[in-house]
Amino acid sequence: MNSSVSEASLELDYRELDRIIGEDYQNDKENLIMILQAIQKTFNYLPRPALSYLAVKIGVPLSQIYGVATFYSTFSLEPRGRNIISICLGTACHVRGGDRIHETLVDQLKVQDGQTTSDNRFTLESVRCIGCCSLGPVIKVNEDMYGHLKPDEIQSILGRYE
Amino acid sequence: MIITSTKDLDAIRQSCLSRLYTPEGVKVNIGMASCGIAAGAQASYNRAIQEFSTKQGITISQTGCIGFCEMEPLVEIVAQGKPRMMYHHMTEDKIVEAINGYLVGDYHKKWILGQMRDPRNLLEDQIPNPQDKIQPAEGFPFLEDIPFYAKQVKVALRNCGYMDPDSIEEYIARKGYYAFMKALTMAPADIIKTIKTSGLRGRGGGGFPTGIKWESCAKHSGDRYIICNADEGDPGAYMDRSVLEGDPHSVLEGMLIAALAIGSKQGFIYVRNEYPLAVKRLITAIKEAEKIGLLGDHIAGTNFSFHIKISRGAGAFVCGESTALMSSLEGHVGRPRAKYVHTVEKGFRDGPSNLNNVETYANVAPIILKGGDWYASMGTANSKGTKVFSLVGKVINTGLVEVPMGIPLKDIVFGIGGGVPRKKEFKAVQTGGPSGGCIPTRFLDLSVDYQKLAEVGSIMGSGGMIVMDQDTCMVDVARYFLDFLKEESCGQCNPCREGIKQMLDILTNICQGNGKEGDIELLEELGTTIQRFSLCGLGTSAPNPVLTTILYFRDEYEAHIRDKKCPAGVCKPLFHYEIDPEKCTGCHSCAKKCPQEAITGEKKKPHQLDQSKCIKCGICYDTCKFDAIVIR
Repeated sequence: MNSSVSEASLELDYRELDRIIGEDYQNDKENLIMILQAIQKTFNYLPRPALSYLAVKIGVPLSQIYGVATFYSTFSLEPRGRNIISICLGTACHVRGGDRIHETLVDQLKVQDGQTTSDNRFTLESVRCIGCCSLGPVIKVNEDMYGHLKPDEIQSILGRYE
Repeated sequence: MIITSTKDLDAIRQSCLSRLYTPEGVKVNIGMASCGIAAGAQASYNRAIQEFSTKQGITISQTGCIGFCEMEPLVEIVAQGKPRMMYHHMTEDKIVEAINGYLVGDYHKKWILGQMRDPRNLLEDQIPNPQDKIQPAEGFPFLEDIPFYAKQVKVALRNCGYMDPDSIEEYIARKGYYAFMKALTMAPADIIKTIKTSGLRGRGGGGFPTGIKWESCAKHSGDRYIICNADEGDPGAYMDRSVLEGDPHSVLEGMLIAALAIGSKQGFIYVRNEYPLAVKRLITAIKEAEKIGLLGDHIAGTNFSFHIKISRGAGAFVCGESTALMSSLEGHVGRPRAKYVHTVEKGFRDGPSNLNNVETYANVAPIILKGGDWYASMGTANSKGTKVFSLVGKVINTGLVEVPMGIPLKDIVFGIGGGVPRKKEFKAVQTGGPSGGCIPTRFLDLSVDYQKLAEVGSIMGSGGMIVMDQDTCMVDVARYFLDFLKEESCGQCNPCREGIKQMLDILTNICQGNGKEGDIELLEELGTTIQRFSLCGLGTSAPNPVLTTILYFRDEYEAHIRDKKCPAGVCKPLFHYEIDPEKCTGCHSCAKKCPQEAITGEKKKPHQLDQSKCIKCGICYDTCKFDAIVIR
């Protein structure tokens, strides 16, 4: 993890953490995955101090929490950009040229999958099928969906996000 | 109000029927599943609300996905005494005009998909068809007759697109929860017997007989759990999402009936994180059902109690495997275990656990109401009933289709699907997701059921059907699936972790033009080894896409390895684009779009392509209407 710089400046809101872990998910270790999702939603990634705090709260070793956080693809242990681009690489998108869209994104953002642009504007993530196969190839920027994409449309879409 | 009898259901139903079929004034139903929203339904919905919500007699409502995704956003307009009209490709501007037109009887022919002949579902045949009294509009096709719908029989999808998924009253009006009330009066063994008679098999892909699974789970003692697999990890399949978003109560009802049959107090729905709308609608559905006493303690005033909790997955394909899913439900890493002890005996929390998929549960209520024999009367000898397929890829009418088992493959791809777009040649259908296989043209007459698909080396899987045309490279497709599976392998067992990686390396080499003689044989050998020695279903089925593509498209592998050519024009190092001067009309549209300015030429004269500038992005190939850009 090379996120020490940003984490030093990160003020964790422990009341918010308590609310998620205690109230929403009853300190129940069976809810670990959903707790991690809620923490990631709050901080945009999983900050290490939050995980240490969580480990104590629900009585699960930190190593086990890391095991879960690294096993599932939705979790990020590093800070992510202001806008998350999810490119669908499901089969329907693939046969309709999803790879070309992916290449164009990598080319224009100059980052690989899972990486964030140096200005923190975008994080590129590939996902496996968001279930909108009829619109393939599809990308999702935050909550906005773009379907029937052609490579030459990418630039103008990116331009819509600060 | 708390439901305690069928009479209570009747009361709700009667009060709601008119809302569904003979509404006061004009009702506008907008298809608001994820696919519809992604295509722009939200904007149409907002605009319709803005324009008409204050006007007397106009109701704007939402429904789920009506299946014909290619045509979304789909909007249906209904009024007493008038035909039910389905509009396609609605936009925020068109919807206002469509509604205003409908009010005065002007139906905008170009925007209409068809008029509905009968909006009821198969459980409501005893109420008169409200459309019978209505003079159909002349010159508009009936929805039920257009090729996309003509051969469909909707059981699991009976309510999707026909009601508001957030309204339990509308679900009850469509005969929802009647099967559960009936099951409450039945002995558990009789419920199981009915499901066994129906021949229903697991729709998640395994195809295990549902009744037998229920029976064996009920036999084991301890706290029993009912689990719904809504992880739908197969890329290219989205029927579970559609059912959850369009008809969540049908899944709850199926789970309730299973709980009665097996003797369970606690149910779980494991939904994938990529489906936020499905989660939202499920939460609403559970709350609504609790409110009227159909979930919770002492349901319908009896001693039966059942609670359902939603758990969200976090993006791991292997969690579709039952033991991995249960491990994930417990908050652990989703790694499967060997199933020498079945999950019906020891599963979630080491208790007897019954896991079925969304579509399986959605089929349960109609079977209980109409009987096992009714369901078994559809389909083939070993595959009863209907199956939902997501027909996607290179096909004109993409969408969700539910057909009786045994229908010929070509009826799905060409009849319902309308064939391959842009006059390209059909090449194969991939079924069953990463665990499935590619079925070539010569098996188009194949009747689709569990056994027949297995005979040609593929599987039913969850029902993804990806149509491929001449521009799809089968070696690349095999590589694509292995790349997916390499990422998704949990890494626990050697054959899967190392074997898939080895196969992927070989395939990547082939696609990059570095294939060697003997690679095909090595792939076959590796594939059979991985199939035989992997721990779970992910590994044992992983080589299927490779082995079936080798079986049916060996020449394509050979072209890559021997001739260093990719005939489909996908593997970049193995082809280049050329302009056929005979066909080029000099329309200049490719040159305008080329991002590298690699194409030059005077208007109305054949153009030239500068190979040194070309990055093979394919934009010219996709743009040219005269087939003048050729793959060499």
